[in-house]
Amino acid sequence: MLKFILNRLLVLFPIIVLISMVSYLVIELPPGSHVQTLIDNYERDGVHVEEGTKKMWKAQYGLDKHIFVQYLLWMKLIVFEFDFGNSFHYQRPVTELLAERIPRTFGISILVIAIQWLIGIPIGIYSALNKYSIQDYIFSFIGFIGLAIPPFMFAIVLVYYIFVTTGWAMTGLYSPEFENLPWSFDKFLDLMQNLSIPLIVLSTSGAAILVRIMRGSLLDELKKQYVITARTKGLNEYVMLFRYPVRIALNPLISTIGWILPATVGGEIIVSKVLNLDTTGPILLEAILNEDMFLAGAIVFILSLLTVFGTLLSDILLALLDPRIRYE
Amino acid sequence: MNKSAQKVYQKYKKSQLKIAKYKEDLYRASQYKLMWHKFKKHKVAQFCLIFLALFYLISILAEFVAPYELNERDKENLFSPPMTIRIYDDKIGFTRPFVYGLEKSLDTETFTYQFEEKKEEINYLKLFVKSPEYDIFSIHFNTKLFGLENDKKIYFFGTDKFGQDIFSQTIYGSRVSLFIGLAGVIISFIIGSILGGISGFYGGKIDEIIQRVIDFVISIPQIPFWMALSAGIPNEWTGIQTFLAITVILSLVGWTGLARVVRGKIISLREEDYVLAAKICGATNTVIITKHLIPGFLSYLIVHITLAIPQMILAETALSFLGLGILPPDVSWGSLLKEAQNLTLIAEYPWYLIPCIFVIVTVLAFNFIGDGLRDAADPYT
Repeated sequence: MLKFILNRLLVLFPIIVLISMVSYLVIELPPGSHVQTLIDNYERDGVHVEEGTKKMWKAQYGLDKHIFVQYLLWMKLIVFEFDFGNSFHYQRPVTELLAERIPRTFGISILVIAIQWLIGIPIGIYSALNKYSIQDYIFSFIGFIGLAIPPFMFAIVLVYYIFVTTGWAMTGLYSPEFENLPWSFDKFLDLMQNLSIPLIVLSTSGAAILVRIMRGSLLDELKKQYVITARTKGLNEYVMLFRYPVRIALNPLISTIGWILPATVGGEIIVSKVLNLDTTGPILLEAILNEDMFLAGAIVFILSLLTVFGTLLSDILLALLDPRIRYE
Repeated sequence: MNKSAQKVYQKYKKSQLKIAKYKEDLYRASQYKLMWHKFKKHKVAQFCLIFLALFYLISILAEFVAPYELNERDKENLFSPPMTIRIYDDKIGFTRPFVYGLEKSLDTETFTYQFEEKKEEINYLKLFVKSPEYDIFSIHFNTKLFGLENDKKIYFFGTDKFGQDIFSQTIYGSRVSLFIGLAGVIISFIIGSILGGISGFYGGKIDEIIQRVIDFVISIPQIPFWMALSAGIPNEWTGIQTFLAITVILSLVGWTGLARVVRGKIISLREEDYVLAAKICGATNTVIITKHLIPGFLSYLIVHITLAIPQMILAETALSFLGLGILPPDVSWGSLLKEAQNLTLIAEYPWYLIPCIFVIVTVLAFNFIGDGLRDAADPYT
């Protein structure tokens, strides 16, 4: 087991280096730089910027050096001082801006994954046991629709529908009256009420996928001979079901964790932009539209890093649960 | 033997021959014939296939089908509601399809224009109406598929805040939205099958490296990555350039799924006896790959591709919706939905959401076809 974890950690290192390089590429990608935009703006207003001042600004942001040196400087600050640079737009350190938002994004994503499993697995089992029944068709149909609706549109339509029917409009993570209050039970209830919409929206498509995978793999297992043997020996149907085929059918689901987390984090970003949640989504979009690339690059970097760690954690947990993975 | 008995006997012989021929056909039928036969049994998938083919045809002939030009504005009719096509009028009874004229009045409380149907003004629909000249594939046309008599305006899906016909915009937008899926999948397919093929066929170190790269790409959250990359598209690029850039951005992640499918299939087929036999006979690697391995998993690949197209369409919609993809004056379904972010706007003018129905229907159709193909490709059912 220790060897497995060590092995995984070793593989992790080059991945982290690659992620940091890609994130820096993101920063460098837009044509021009923020300093250039600043200079252009000044000159458009008729203010002449001296060559020396231009050079000084560029040196201040390290723009006069080779791109690889710039990357190393960026990394040095992150590794030794946990400093992701400053946001040009907000004129504040990136770490300060993100300290609250990134945990929210991940909190919501993890909740979403938990809900997907809680909904998806029972329905998948039910559909497999009652295949070609009316309920099975209904679940399949809902699943298909859930896969086809873009989550951000679903969010808008849901908020609109709730507003029309009940008159309650969701405005953000907290309702205005609770925004600045200290934590209390009422505030918690308010948060849960507001959170319910993004959770429903984000869980739907993932749960639909889980239902389909679970249904398919359980149907495959139910055909196998050991199931027939267990039945002929007179084992209680439900004991048999949950002790053997369901556990085996869960395996393909477990191997999807690696890509469910990144997909959920991505979905959360768009939905939170639409629903006006104070998570990473709106700030990332704003940063990209303003070409505030240090902020954007840092968000991509941190999100990718945390996703990779999340996947690693789930891998280790799985290896603990399933000995076959350890010896693969 | 009397005559009638002979006739019966001959009929019997003929039918026997027919059965034998059918059996032989079945035996000799290529895998694709069998697949097609099974696919035809899947009625929903078949319907979706015809439906999508029609969609693509319409998008190619967008200028002909859409009654108005791209970005054509009608200042007289801002926020005009969708018109209903009717075939029944209280006075005339049943008649050919027509729409009522709209009457505009200013609501003095909210200072917005209200539209109401004028029952006395009946405008009949007309096929092949005259229009200003336009080109499709550099062929001149001067007719549109449909319009109203007496040059009246028709707005199936209403108009937006600039007075642009949402129906026409949706048709023009389908060009980008439908073809970005195809183009993206083709690029993913090329990268994915080459890298997946190398990885599966040669194994060893190359396999290890390619697998790690795939792991890496999958572990990055795609959407923030896409968003950040699309920030790199220069504003002065033309519509086509932006379209291609977005396609490439989407394919950068999309190829991994295909590479995995190809690799997995090649690894399982590589060990088959017939591959060993081919090797012993002295077949080169190229022959083994192209003649023996690829036909073995092409059907799975087709299924995978069909299911990858809607993912690309949804991704493009999301990017354009956020304002990072297709930008005006070009339109896609995503960029049309961009306005629909505003809740008060939707509450007032719900027809802004109509392009979303097109997204959902298209994605659903692709998923159903993929499902039908999967059932057809599986030889064990």
